[in-house]
Amino acid sequence: MPQPALHPSLFLSPLGDSAVVLQFGEEISPAIHQRIRAVTHLLEQQPFRGLVDFVPAFTTLTVYYDPWELSQQGTTDAYSEVVRHLEILVEQAAVTAAAPARVVEIPVVYGGTFGPDLQEVAEQAGLSIEEVIRIHSQGSYQVYMIGFAPGFPYLGGMDARIATPRKAKPRESIPAGSVGIAGAQTGVYSITTPGGWQLIGRTPLRLFDPSRQEPSLLQAGDRVRFVPITEADFLSRKEEQA
Amino acid sequence: MSITVLKPGLLTTVQDFGRFGHQRQGVVVGGAMDKLALRIANLLVGNHENAAALELAMQGPALRFEQDQVIALAGADLSANINGAQVRLWRPVLVKAGCILRFGKPAYGNYAYLAVAGSIKVPQVMGSCSTYLRAGMGGLEGRALQKDDVLYVGETSETNKLVLSALLMQAKKEAEFTEASWWPEPELLPKYEPNPVLCAMPGLEYHWFSENSREYIWQQKYKLTAQSDRMGYQVQGTALALEEKRDLLSTAVTFGTVQVPPHGDPIILMADSQTTGGYPRIAQVITADLPKLAQVQPGGIIQFEEVSLEQAQQRYYQQEKTMLALQQAIHNKLNQV
Repeated sequence: MPQPALHPSLFLSPLGDSAVVLQFGEEISPAIHQRIRAVTHLLEQQPFRGLVDFVPAFTTLTVYYDPWELSQQGTTDAYSEVVRHLEILVEQAAVTAAAPARVVEIPVVYGGTFGPDLQEVAEQAGLSIEEVIRIHSQGSYQVYMIGFAPGFPYLGGMDARIATPRKAKPRESIPAGSVGIAGAQTGVYSITTPGGWQLIGRTPLRLFDPSRQEPSLLQAGDRVRFVPITEADFLSRKEEQA
Repeated sequence: MSITVLKPGLLTTVQDFGRFGHQRQGVVVGGAMDKLALRIANLLVGNHENAAALELAMQGPALRFEQDQVIALAGADLSANINGAQVRLWRPVLVKAGCILRFGKPAYGNYAYLAVAGSIKVPQVMGSCSTYLRAGMGGLEGRALQKDDVLYVGETSETNKLVLSALLMQAKKEAEFTEASWWPEPELLPKYEPNPVLCAMPGLEYHWFSENSREYIWQQKYKLTAQSDRMGYQVQGTALALEEKRDLLSTAVTFGTVQVPPHGDPIILMADSQTTGGYPRIAQVITADLPKLAQVQPGGIIQFEEVSLEQAQQRYYQQEKTMLALQQAIHNKLNQV
């Protein structure tokens, strides 16, 4: 069913009758991410009539549309219409320079009650706690996509030395803002939820706040840096928010 | 203009079509499980079809109307009564102030919709009034209704007033409630079945599955389990398996996506589907069959029937044409009175 489009290695396929998936490749890579970012950016700038929503992910961009509107009330083929729009954008994206990535700094209190698994991560890695903090906070992380929960970033680029398997038994409730490690990934819990990540710290920032103009602090394409702060800093930043 | 919640029911929430344009931020669409029923309930009271209404799950609430109120019920039949007298679905009803709407044993389906003329007044969050429980946003304070909650009703429009005057003309003075003497032709209303065949298109990872699994998915009768909610319906049958072990990188999933976790029993994602998932997608239920799916009760048997994209689109268009005809029929009825 997938049909090759203009660009080699790009496939378009329907996800049911109201969405189309653009598949840019098979693996996580900065190059694929940049291509998805470019098309997503153009889609934001030039939404077509009948566009409902879109979701960039590791290797895909999924575009939701209203078949009734695109088909002019059932008189044409909605899928062909949406593919026609997308092919134009893909062509344009190929010759458009990508906008520079936004860099977002996320302050983090490492360890203590905010990062109860920091010791375990250090032991598994055969490093001191200080080294784990240094390695984690020196990295620059790519936001590949937002998913799983509102505002939850999938980050790429963690140093393999601090990779740690998930907890054998997931916690029932992890506070929003918790910074964790799961396998080779690092991330920040955006809402309070059950979860199995190793918790190494917590940020006072709200990754998701529906009352903000942009509820999600991060978006796909951003770069993230973690900045160590003290517990006192954490509390005063929390107070500022309240 | 208000409604008092005397009993909250199992899971009564404010819903509209859902929250669009924010899935890239991980925000689920949510909205009514049975959108068709929501749309029709709203149209019957003279609201916009996307107006905020109450979704009642399985066991309905007890609600007292503090003023005369035009309402309509649609979707599941949860044995509604007003002050003890049965009230019918799929038609406008004028309820007198002080009357209490209660529900009994579910007769069919899971989700009923209660639309009120003027719509339920709650603030929009990210463009929608839908309640999203997991993030505690939308609807009434981001949660399901509780005892003693008071719901406010919005301003009525000209269309709302037309429905009201039609009901007033036939209302008897002493009646506690008045059902409209007209209702839509049955062919304009959704057809629910306890054990439906659902049309679906092969999913993005369909070809990842073993030959047997690709046959099973269209041949098996699946039983809907009790682990079914607004997020997903879990079904049981012969376990499905991939041809060889492969991992899917997280990618978009949506209402109607049939995903297969490693245990092999499919989960059909519903209105509160996550925006992204990592399980292979064997099929996608077509939009036109989602209302029918939403109303299948736990224990119900479903079967998938393979259709092409073209067929899925045709069914979509057909459903919208039926909705237009329904809108026209209501319009004609109101303007002839």
